[in-house]
Amino acid sequence: MTAEPRRAGRAQSATADDAGRRPPAIAIDDLSVHYGDRVALQRATLAVASGRLMALVGPSGCGKSSLLRSVNRLNDSIPDCRVRGRIRLDDFEVLVPDTELRLLRRRVGMLFQQPNPFPLSIRDNLLFPLREHGLRNRTELADRCEHWLRAVGLWPEVADLLERSALTLSGGQQQRLCLARALALGPEVLLLDEPCSALDPIASETVESLIDSLRGRYTILMVTHNLAQARRLADDVTVCWVDQGCGCVLESGSRDHIFLHATDPLIRAYCGGDKG
Amino acid sequence: MRRQDWLPAGAGALCTAALAALLVGLLALLLWQAAPLLSLDWLWRPPRDAGLAGGIGSILVSTLLVVLVCLAAVIPLGLGCAIQLSERIDRRGRAARALGFSLDVLAATPSIVFALFGYQFFAVTLGLGFSIASGGLTLACMALPLMVRGSEQALRGVPVAVREAGAALALSDTGMLWRVLLPQARRGIAAAVILSLGRALAETAVLLFTAGYVLRMPGSLLDSGRTLSVHIYDLAMHVPGGSGPAAASAVVLVALIVALNLLIHRSLRTGEPDDC
Repeated sequence: MTAEPRRAGRAQSATADDAGRRPPAIAIDDLSVHYGDRVALQRATLAVASGRLMALVGPSGCGKSSLLRSVNRLNDSIPDCRVRGRIRLDDFEVLVPDTELRLLRRRVGMLFQQPNPFPLSIRDNLLFPLREHGLRNRTELADRCEHWLRAVGLWPEVADLLERSALTLSGGQQQRLCLARALALGPEVLLLDEPCSALDPIASETVESLIDSLRGRYTILMVTHNLAQARRLADDVTVCWVDQGCGCVLESGSRDHIFLHATDPLIRAYCGGDKG
Repeated sequence: MRRQDWLPAGAGALCTAALAALLVGLLALLLWQAAPLLSLDWLWRPPRDAGLAGGIGSILVSTLLVVLVCLAAVIPLGLGCAIQLSERIDRRGRAARALGFSLDVLAATPSIVFALFGYQFFAVTLGLGFSIASGGLTLACMALPLMVRGSEQALRGVPVAVREAGAALALSDTGMLWRVLLPQARRGIAAAVILSLGRALAETAVLLFTAGYVLRMPGSLLDSGRTLSVHIYDLAMHVPGGSGPAAASAVVLVALIVALNLLIHRSLRTGEPDDC
């Protein structure tokens, strides 16, 4: 069992160990995703440096989510989906057939657009995955439950309600619970698929500040349609686009480069709000 | 309300009223005929004079035993088959299509055909004779398509988001099935059980061929026994002056179905989220 409580949210419990951990860099080369005959993403190449937060922006249908879901091979469960190319987490090859999915998904956590807690109690939403990954000691399980709920700032709100169904929580609370659930397994990479788009502005701000607090300790790929959010949170930005019906990567670069100094007129128009 | 909305609204109200009137009329007629007989004492006394005198004690016991045998067979078999169909087999594949076709044919097969099969297979070939076991198992074969289809739909109805959350956390298929999918699908599965139960309780032809129709208290599952529906049929068709006891037995049958429905619904409400 390697789910480490030391990887807590920085706001509450950053420790010396956090500084010593270096999350892997992500390298994506020549990645194409097909759903049957439809090409969702064509020959995408990008790199996310260790501990950086990269935002994937672009109009709907440009393959952002397909790209994101290829990193933890969630597309494997979609019939007719074919993924070609190469994805590496440092030296760990993601797309080769003998990659152990269980190990990969322990290293790569994911937060979805819609909060998706299990129809279990708040406590069991955290404990069920930990038990599934081999942790059995009751005291340790209880400690970790409290630890990760504190890490996402949920503990004061639910400390007395741990046996209540997670479905009774508000949308923002559910999303924080899902983040705690993902972090509890000790990932090194986080995939965030429009994590705030289903939340109200207040809940969105809370989740955003949590994401901000994770910077540096996780390598993060975040899909967002919210350019202001990308500008606030991202270290680097990749702009995806639709070219002849296929998604593709237009350009990657630092946030300032993409938002302030992009030379491509399409990117300038999109980031300036004139197009897209 | 606009004038063009009156017609569909009026027709809808008329249909609802007709349905309610049918149910009320049916129950009123039965109760009017059954009133002189109905008492707690009548429920427990053994029947005499071909059911014209005494009570329905042994018939209630036979009915409950047949239903228990049926459910004990149909729930695990039906759920297993539904899990196979919804979780393991590609729904567009040849195996799923063949299995689906078989289920649809079985669902449309007249009960007399099941009766002949049950008699030949359970009573003669397996040597169970005219018995509660033969009757219950034959009913299970008949109710199986309902159970499988209902449970399959319930499992397929679990949101993709919940399944993806499990996949992204690298949870085992077994863990997801027991802790998430089955609890999430429990309402649909319960509905399938209720439908199967209703079919088992209402069936006559199958039981005449397999469980027999003796009035005595069954000594074991290998003993013959008469269920409520067979008792009603026999009193109404073969016993002069049997319409009163037949109506009283019918009231008990309806009450049994309603009670089992309520019991299942109440057990499902336990543990529901309070406000979602």
